[in-house]
Amino acid sequence: MENTIVKAENYNGYFGDNHVVKDVNISINKNEVIAVMGPSGCGKTTFLRGINRMHELIPGATSKGKILLDGENVYDMNAIYVRYKIGMVFQRPNPFPNLSIYENVVAGYMLNGLKVSKADKDVIVERSLTSAALWKEVKDSLHKKGTFLSGGQQQRLCIARAIAMQPELILFDEPTSALDPISTSSVEALFHELKANYTLIIVTHNMQQAARVSDRTAFFYMGELVEFDDTKQMFTNPADQRTQNYITGRFS
Amino acid sequence: MTQLETEISALKSELISMWILVQSQFNKAKEAMVQFDKDLAREVLVKEKRVNSFELKIDRDCENILALHCPVAIDLRFLLAALKINTNLERIGDIAAGIAMYVIESPVNFDLKALEKSQVLRMYEEAVNILMDTRTAFEKEDTILARSIFKRDDVLDKINIEAPEYIAAIIREDIENINESLYILSIIRKLERVGDQSMNIAEEIIFYVEAKILKHQESLNKE
Repeated sequence: MENTIVKAENYNGYFGDNHVVKDVNISINKNEVIAVMGPSGCGKTTFLRGINRMHELIPGATSKGKILLDGENVYDMNAIYVRYKIGMVFQRPNPFPNLSIYENVVAGYMLNGLKVSKADKDVIVERSLTSAALWKEVKDSLHKKGTFLSGGQQQRLCIARAIAMQPELILFDEPTSALDPISTSSVEALFHELKANYTLIIVTHNMQQAARVSDRTAFFYMGELVEFDDTKQMFTNPADQRTQNYITGRFS
Repeated sequence: MTQLETEISALKSELISMWILVQSQFNKAKEAMVQFDKDLAREVLVKEKRVNSFELKIDRDCENILALHCPVAIDLRFLLAALKINTNLERIGDIAAGIAMYVIESPVNFDLKALEKSQVLRMYEEAVNILMDTRTAFEKEDTILARSIFKRDDVLDKINIEAPEYIAAIIREDIENINESLYILSIIRKLERVGDQSMNIAEEIIFYVEAKILKHQESLNKE
């Protein structure tokens, strides 16, 4: 499909002999918010990290199958370039502690050795912080350390850092699990805004969050993609009994 | 069993208790009509308050479960269905009280022959059975039984449509019957509503168990 941005074809992920993601086939459209949920150890994070080739950084971790980004297999591309195109935000806000808010936003350019003029950096910083709904709060303290911000602000700073590289896709690995409800709600509101320009894949343990923020939801169980459907359908009448058992808390 | 399952199971028991009370009210109103027993009719009116209390309690429990447990899928469908079944049952309770009120208000006894001729007795018996079977369908999550309600409601509708003709015949026989006949016609109109409420309940049972929406479809398409 023309609108497809990411497609997994028979994707398998392993940790040594441990087969953690099994033959996943999934097709994700541009400007969609996708939630990935499932019990601990179901392979959802491994699948996410397979998309931007973070999985292979772990010793003994391997993968098989294809992840197509705009039709091109990421495993045939330069891994650094893949991560340049696919941003990632992690569970705990992780701004660089020794860098200022400003430097954190443009860290991707600095660390990749990309030369950007001061004027362009200013534009990138303002645009990224505005997109991450943080500009108004930090515009007068751009040169303070990022770690001075609250947890929710730090996470939005990490999102701004990801946006600064203008990725095609942003991966979120339980992005609000370390945040309080107010910060969680500001990050969730941000997802709705980011959707206009980016495609988001969010791994979450919080089912209500999946229901609130995503257009479609994928349910993983024991390494398999059990169900992938419209979020409303999934939370009102899931097709698979295992999905129903999981979302209604009847999992034994 | 999770806490949500426990709460849902308790809610289901509560709805069944309300159902039993409403059935009892409906049967007593019938008995009051047939025997022209004004004391029994008054008892129905007094107990109507208990039906209303049930409705409020079940509404509040549904609200609490929705707020505290954020149910999804079959649990969410059950709660949405429970809210509507609760409303429908309360209305059937109102209908039973309305019939009891006619017995109290009527200056003349209802004649058994007129009750038979007007088909109101047959209609009442069918309505009692329908109400009983919707409860069984709910308890056993039996959607086949729930679907059978749609056809049986047609029997009530037919009697309701033919009622003016029967009532006119009774009045023609003896103009003195006019008061009694108008009360009987009003009871028939109320019983027709019991059929509609039971159909709504049957639709909710099917929605809850099968996730199918049958509302606003012709009865033939509901099967």
